[in-house]
Amino acid sequence: MSAIAEAPATRRDGRMTRQARRAQKPPRGRGNPWRHDWRAALLFILPASVGFLVFYVIPAIRGFWYSVTDYEFLGDADFIGLDNYRQMVGDQLFWNALLVTLEYVVINIGVQTVVALVIAVLMQRLTTNIVIRGVLLLPYLIANVVVALIWYWMANKLIGIINIGLEAIGLPAQAFFGSSFWSIPTIALVNTWRHMGYTALLIFAGLQTIPKQLYEAAAIDGAGEVKSFFRITLPLLRPVLALVLVVTVTGSFQIFDTVAVTTAGGPINATRVIYYYIFELAFNRYHFGYASALTVALFLILAALAWIQLKLMRADQSDLD
Amino acid sequence: MAITETPALTVQRAVGAHRRRFTPGRVAAWVVLILFVVVTLFPFYWMVRTAFSTTRSLSSHTSSLLPADFTLGAIKRVLGLQAATESIAQGGSGASMNFWLLLRNSLIVSTGVTVCQVVCCSLAAYAFARLRWRGRNAVFFAFITALMIPPIFTMLPNFVLMKDLGLLNTFLGIMLPSMFMTPFSVFFLRQFFLGISREVEEAAIIDGAGHWRRFSRVVLPMSTAPIVTLALLTFISAWNDYMWPLLIARDKSVQTLTVGLGIFQSQTPQTGPDWAGLMAGALIAAVPIIALYLLLGKRIINSIGFSGIK
Repeated sequence: MSAIAEAPATRRDGRMTRQARRAQKPPRGRGNPWRHDWRAALLFILPASVGFLVFYVIPAIRGFWYSVTDYEFLGDADFIGLDNYRQMVGDQLFWNALLVTLEYVVINIGVQTVVALVIAVLMQRLTTNIVIRGVLLLPYLIANVVVALIWYWMANKLIGIINIGLEAIGLPAQAFFGSSFWSIPTIALVNTWRHMGYTALLIFAGLQTIPKQLYEAAAIDGAGEVKSFFRITLPLLRPVLALVLVVTVTGSFQIFDTVAVTTAGGPINATRVIYYYIFELAFNRYHFGYASALTVALFLILAALAWIQLKLMRADQSDLD
Repeated sequence: MAITETPALTVQRAVGAHRRRFTPGRVAAWVVLILFVVVTLFPFYWMVRTAFSTTRSLSSHTSSLLPADFTLGAIKRVLGLQAATESIAQGGSGASMNFWLLLRNSLIVSTGVTVCQVVCCSLAAYAFARLRWRGRNAVFFAFITALMIPPIFTMLPNFVLMKDLGLLNTFLGIMLPSMFMTPFSVFFLRQFFLGISREVEEAAIIDGAGHWRRFSRVVLPMSTAPIVTLALLTFISAWNDYMWPLLIARDKSVQTLTVGLGIFQSQTPQTGPDWAGLMAGALIAAVPIIALYLLLGKRIINSIGFSGIK
């Protein structure tokens, strides 16, 4: 900011001259260069901060508060201590919801990460063509609801193209969304389809940070593609993979839309994932306090999972140095 | 990396030869990649194919790749342009549908959210990137921490808030929570604003520009590309949002496309659903996004490399 003090003559309006004069004065109190933009900064962050306070901070606090009350929309929220949490521990449907969600996340993330890694490495070795990248990203931009409906139709037991194809190669048709065995894997794979290109592009961006010379040196030493993948790509990709995993796992736990428009939690409880269970508790049965306790539990589970993943994969350290 | 000059030449030659060679491995790799492209595109094709079919004919043309009895009937049906008798004859339910209204509502909500959010977030990002003030890093960190909160955690209290404010079944109720900021948008723009060279801004300071003019005349014009990208991403995510509008918009007059599609699906009869109609609805919900993507998608694709992780 020294430019201000050096060229006071070029000022055109009075305000800046005042600022210049202030800048020329010895700073009030040491280490206070942070001071002079404070008023402007306040104005600039005001709109976003209002939104942040009203729709993030205060609701978060209220969320914790509701979780220790018996709030049911009508009437007041009375403090009931940890009763909701006690009820949660004994709630079969809660544990079922967690288990079903976990099954979904494991299948979804497992398949998606491997497929995305394969696509990313293929792109790295073959082409950076923007049309191919664009096509692979497309499903990620289409609404969950639309994607769910397309696959719901394609997986129809009687006339869906997937079952027509299965029967053509001699396999029995399946009620993919209607059977308690297949419904979660089906929904998990539908969302794998939606997210694999996006995840591949994230990994692809990470691959660009690996120096090309490493591969060239490995090629000279006679290492094949497979060997350089396991010895160079995978180890050096670790920090990027860790972040990608944290983001995709956290996102995967939020599965709701696909379930809501296809199975609505059924058959029986086979796809009653945690988001859907909370949604039903809060908005169909009005157990708002109890539903809030579940969201707190989910929040803690996700935070713990993210922390464990980052620690396990040492995401903050790179092997490139 | 201990490669000296002479081996470096060999490397280039080796890699060059490696690239040109048509090994079976490379052919197989191309086949796999193209397979993924086909798997990605096929469901879209199948949606279009079904949307232009006659529902009654779908069961007898299960494996035909072309539309079964090509018709614009399903499209007309969901846009409310088909007479009930004709609709029933083609396998529709005969109920009147109006995707025009849903389309309009989605457009209002997504545009409102996008314009307000991008304006508020670019203001905030400017303060975080270009201004010096006490507590800047702490406030920014607080903003970013909000990324860790699962949306449903704040969604429940926000719903109570909307109810108390009497904003259920209003556009404002759908838009408000995402109108001011999302942590991602602030983070995204701050990254770009940080990259603008100090000299350009200092030239403006010498010309006597205050913070507002530095923001609106220097930083904003230099950042049109990232701002357009962010606007696009914001618009798409508002367009695709389902759970929040589902909670707020119980009334038909403010329902968005995703909510309307969900209701269409849940109301379609279990025996003989109107698949052509459903796919026509899905197509109408997807087409605006696909059009935007064809127009400006390059920015989105390239931004994924830049922002690293959304």
